[in-house]
Amino acid sequence: MAVSYKHSVSLETEKCKGCTTCLKRCPTEAIRIRDGRAVIRADRCIDCGECIKVCPYKAKKATHDPLCCIGDYKYPVALPAPSLYGQFDRLDNIGYIIRGLKDLGFSDVFEVASAAELVSAYTRLYIKREDVKKPVISSACPAIVRMISTNYPCLLDQVMPILPPMDIAAYLARKKVKELHPELKDEDIGIIFISPCPAKVSYVKNDFAGERNYIDATISVRDVYFALLDVMKKREDEPLEATEAGIIGISWATAGGESTAIFNTSYLAADGIENCIRVLDQIDNSEITDLEFVELNACDGGCVGGAMTVTNPFIAQARLQALKRYLPVSPNRPASEWIPEEFFNKNIIEYNPYNLLSDDKNEAHRMMNEIQNIAKNLPMIDCGSCGAPTCMAFAEDIVKGETTADECTVIMRMLFHEYLKQHKDEAALNKIRGKRGMETKTEDKKE
Amino acid sequence: MTEPLRFHYDVDGENFSSAGEASVALKQNLRKLGYSPEVIRKVSIAMYEGEINMVIHANGGVADVEITDDRITIILADKGPGIADVELAMQEGFSTARDNIRALGFGAGMGLPNMKKYTDDMKIDTEVGVGTTITMVVLL
Repeated sequence: MAVSYKHSVSLETEKCKGCTTCLKRCPTEAIRIRDGRAVIRADRCIDCGECIKVCPYKAKKATHDPLCCIGDYKYPVALPAPSLYGQFDRLDNIGYIIRGLKDLGFSDVFEVASAAELVSAYTRLYIKREDVKKPVISSACPAIVRMISTNYPCLLDQVMPILPPMDIAAYLARKKVKELHPELKDEDIGIIFISPCPAKVSYVKNDFAGERNYIDATISVRDVYFALLDVMKKREDEPLEATEAGIIGISWATAGGESTAIFNTSYLAADGIENCIRVLDQIDNSEITDLEFVELNACDGGCVGGAMTVTNPFIAQARLQALKRYLPVSPNRPASEWIPEEFFNKNIIEYNPYNLLSDDKNEAHRMMNEIQNIAKNLPMIDCGSCGAPTCMAFAEDIVKGETTADECTVIMRMLFHEYLKQHKDEAALNKIRGKRGMETKTEDKKE
Repeated sequence: MTEPLRFHYDVDGENFSSAGEASVALKQNLRKLGYSPEVIRKVSIAMYEGEINMVIHANGGVADVEITDDRITIILADKGPGIADVELAMQEGFSTARDNIRALGFGAGMGLPNMKKYTDDMKIDTEVGVGTTITMVVLL
């Protein structure tokens, strides 16, 4: 799976300066700097989008379908993530967005926030089950689910097996369209998800929902936002459309929203990938035992903090608060008191360790011993100049034959100074300095 | 297998925020070595409980882990107060942790019983006023 995994975070090589910003911030140590450019290791990347957010040169990109894919379908249906609603300044009615989406060419709109209210209702049923291992961990953030599948094998059975709102929305949208328009063929209908983040794009591209992947294309909140601004400006009248979602559905866009909807105070909600990792480590150590539910969002602030959004997540959160104020709590209620079979993810998440040193245990041991021996001589300042995020990662890269010890700039500088001392070749050194405009003033005094 | 693999961790005393870090670091290394989730879970829980004990009772200590062909051995050594009655300390729910530590959610009296439960062998060498060394073995 690691090899065939389709990623949604990529690098524009010519823009990359080889600085160490993304290197240091990647939570899975998936980035190396090689030949002055960042390289993303596909087997380690969880598509969280941290590197996109921190890159000072905008060299990291999220890949997704273009806006024009709407035209590929006879009957395109928009599935806006609730985070889209928080992008607009002084918006007082979600109806403007729904009408705007239709103006952009969508035949219909099915709000993910509506499906989220169903998922909340089903989550409440699910955590009441006696046979369920606690705490139940939310499956809504695909970056977190991928993190668990690569690093926390013992927590896999605690991940919520109910499909996330985007999949349920897609399923219900397709069903609704087919009922309304029985004349349409399957391929005429395009279910297009408007995503705040690359992790959700990867989730769709890699069929994480298995046979229950009902989404045909994924476009970005950013692209839709700018396109909507244009069409929304052209209309002066109040829209006839109104949101079908309530406070609970829209709250899923921000950290803690999914948790508060379980109507149970025994929950934890963490956001920001580093915070989430700490929580996962603690659950894994059995330190957190008395909780019913754990919501983890890889992005700061929740989905509004996704790398494919426009607005500062905290401003988006404030806007959503204003938008939610006069909405009903949860207008979307499930038809049944049990969870329909078709709402479960049939695709079992498997343990996919990405950081194995070797498939052969003896070889892995030998390598680990060598890593420890090399590390003893490294400066342990984790400067990143060698192209690895930490000195330990550098030692591992050396043992794997991906780099050489000479790449350590701290050791190299030390060797260089020693060499100069031995050879007393100050003149030659200053000649080099001169070429770079860095000659020292002491030269004149000496001679 | 080649020579045994050794990891050494210093466990900082009186610092609850960093308690559990050695266990996480060890776990990461075990994943790299390709051990099964079950083995990793046993070792990391035993290590975690031991680590917390050293922080609560002994102002920290050192953890040494040795991996050979057939076993993972964890040796936790501290210069703490020692355990007066080992048999009593092994009982579930027995704890001498102070109230301020219980307020943090520790001191439930499950540390030593869990360490025994998750390992295949456990040996306690302790002397009141001198310190405690606990040796745990997880068979592979």
